[in-house]
Amino acid sequence: MTSRTKVRDTRLRGYAPLVAIALLAVLLLVVAPATLSQFRLNSLGKYLCWAIAAVGIGLAWGRGGMLVMGQGVFFGLGGYAMAMHLKLEAAGPGGVPDFMVLYGDGTMPAFWEPFRSGPFTLAAIVLLPAAVATALGWLIFKRKVKGAYFAILTQAMAVVFATLLIATIKETGGFNGLNQFTTFFGYNLYDPVNKQMVYSIAAGALIGCLVVAWQLYRSRFGELLVATRDAEERVRFLGHDPANIKLVAFVVAAVMASIGGALFAPIAGIISPSDVDATASIFLIAGVALGGRALLLGPALGAITVGFGRTYLSEQFPTQWTYFLGLLFVLVILLLPRGVGDLPRALRAGLRGRSA
Amino acid sequence: MFTNRARGRALAGATIATLTVFSLAACGNKSDDGGPSAATSSCVDTSGDTIKLGFLNSTSGAMSISEQTVRDSLGLAMEEINADGGILGKQIEAVEEDGASDPAIFAEKMEKLLTGDCVAAVFGGWTSASRKAMLPVVEANNGLLFYPVQYEGLEASENIYYTGATTNQQIIPAMDFLASEGVETLFLAGSDYVFPRTANKIIKQYAAELGIEIVGEEYVPLDDDDWTTQVAKIVKAKPDFVFNTINGSSNVGFIKAYYEQGLTAETTPIISVSIAEEEAPAMGHSVTGQYAAWNYFQSVDTPANAAFIEAFQSKYGANRPTSDPMEAAYTSLYLYKAIVEKAGSFDVDEVNAASDGVSFEAPEGTVTIDGDNHHIAKTALIGQINEDNQFDVVWSSETPIEPDPFLEGYAWWDPAAE
Repeated sequence: MTSRTKVRDTRLRGYAPLVAIALLAVLLLVVAPATLSQFRLNSLGKYLCWAIAAVGIGLAWGRGGMLVMGQGVFFGLGGYAMAMHLKLEAAGPGGVPDFMVLYGDGTMPAFWEPFRSGPFTLAAIVLLPAAVATALGWLIFKRKVKGAYFAILTQAMAVVFATLLIATIKETGGFNGLNQFTTFFGYNLYDPVNKQMVYSIAAGALIGCLVVAWQLYRSRFGELLVATRDAEERVRFLGHDPANIKLVAFVVAAVMASIGGALFAPIAGIISPSDVDATASIFLIAGVALGGRALLLGPALGAITVGFGRTYLSEQFPTQWTYFLGLLFVLVILLLPRGVGDLPRALRAGLRGRSA
Repeated sequence: MFTNRARGRALAGATIATLTVFSLAACGNKSDDGGPSAATSSCVDTSGDTIKLGFLNSTSGAMSISEQTVRDSLGLAMEEINADGGILGKQIEAVEEDGASDPAIFAEKMEKLLTGDCVAAVFGGWTSASRKAMLPVVEANNGLLFYPVQYEGLEASENIYYTGATTNQQIIPAMDFLASEGVETLFLAGSDYVFPRTANKIIKQYAAELGIEIVGEEYVPLDDDDWTTQVAKIVKAKPDFVFNTINGSSNVGFIKAYYEQGLTAETTPIISVSIAEEEAPAMGHSVTGQYAAWNYFQSVDTPANAAFIEAFQSKYGANRPTSDPMEAAYTSLYLYKAIVEKAGSFDVDEVNAASDGVSFEAPEGTVTIDGDNHHIAKTALIGQINEDNQFDVVWSSETPIEPDPFLEGYAWWDPAAE
């Protein structure tokens, strides 16, 4: 009898994360739109885009032990793919984006042409980062590059990507980036109803990514991933190739970052190199670390908190806010090295420690 | 164990499917009208004794060192106007926001100022990237932005007033000055972004018209300090003059490399469009004798400038220099006051209807708004840097130049050409 209750108990506990995700879904899809002003909802939408990328980082870093310092690259691939489509929508059929006329000779590079198509753009948002991450991951993991070398390599990628964007002013808008979008797949982006629709899509995408992450975490793959993180050589001796396991996590993280970026462009109304460079990549990492990298909801909630903190602190203290944000990071890393999401466990452990 | 997993997988699939349907069904409003609708109702409160204005400058990040000076001079103008009775009898209440040197943040803060704080107008922005990011937001909400920095032109928004120079008030006069100096060969050095690229496109076309040969063109990313190889190319090309469109701290690296490789103001002078009183001291004596094209220098001898410098230094410290963007920001607040008082209203459409011909005795001299393109007529000046890192005016257009952001009055200009 007791064993059966125990089985039911663990099975129920297994679904607890799903309940938490459902709760978050209600908060984001029902409560937030009903209580927040249009502007605040739009800002929340931006944080959700970072949160989507953060879920991927949680998978790659929290579970896989790969400190991905250059997720801005994949965020940017998705963001620029979407922005190119929106820019071409704004230009109209056969039209050329305004900046190419202003700063170039008014001709459009050939690689822009397919982005006129909505379905092609959506496919590119998923396939482009997947292809890039597969190629990169293959080279990196098969050569057994890991630890600090991997982190530096990915960070360098973000620097290279941002520099490339800035240098190709006639093709990508350079330092200014891409903005002045008018419609999102035919929907006027200045209409509040449509703004709310784009927000809902971002919220839905985040929930979707969380469910995918939950499913991955409890699958055999998830267990192998954690095993690879903790003892890569042992996994190899058991007959698995750690490179393949890491590759899958890296690619999934890249696709999630790309989806986040793709939704960021219409919500923020702009994508520019400063949204995808090394600093932006580190901000993503900071959110994940703050929330708790190995937890299911930790990365997403951390990214939302950092986004909200940036907005709130900068509104309250326009000149000193960066110090406060820095202080917050220092405190969390010092007191809760496993993130704020680890607080309940740390408290419990603390109480137990005291009673013992 | 496995059945449990399979059930979980099915559940996950079902959840995602439901979410997808839910998200897609989240009712959108499809309309044929693609652009921003200008007829947004304003939430600006004009019933009280105060009027809210937004100051949006970067007080953190790479641009903060420059933009903080603009914030300071806006603060001075506000203090003076408030002491003098305010705008239409209302005291200015400033809502300050940090653009954080990030275009996306500028867009977000602009929306917050216009729709959350309901400010009557916003003053700020520095980089073209920040202005381009704010433009769709300020247009969609039918707000007002006063932008205080010289820029690359080719823009005129109903919702933006440009109180810095456009190209025909800075770049083209600088070329006229070079032609009057008998320059025959010119080397172009710039930061790699839109302002230098566009400026150099104009310079190359005008140079062809003036018979000046371009002997080299080099770019380095914004905020990159290493100019060694590019300066070596200048040494080799031996141009009569160098046209410098480098922005920000990169100038320090450029001037240093220039000096170290033996180039001087006597042999190969430089004319800059982004080195002002604020930047020159950082380069010490290696920049003495070089030239800069602006519309204002601290040395400008007008009663309005003497009063401006005295007020600024007594508020912020006697060692603080004043520069062109600071003066343009100071002027922008006074221009706004003048337009609003002419219109008798803070309403954006009424302000726009009244703006044409409004003028102000600015520190740089008399400036007048062009109601068609929202730029202002300004006098172009060329200064030479002296031992004190101040600028001696060596050339002037004498009279204010009418703004022509799209260079429509210049037959040689072909925007489609390289």
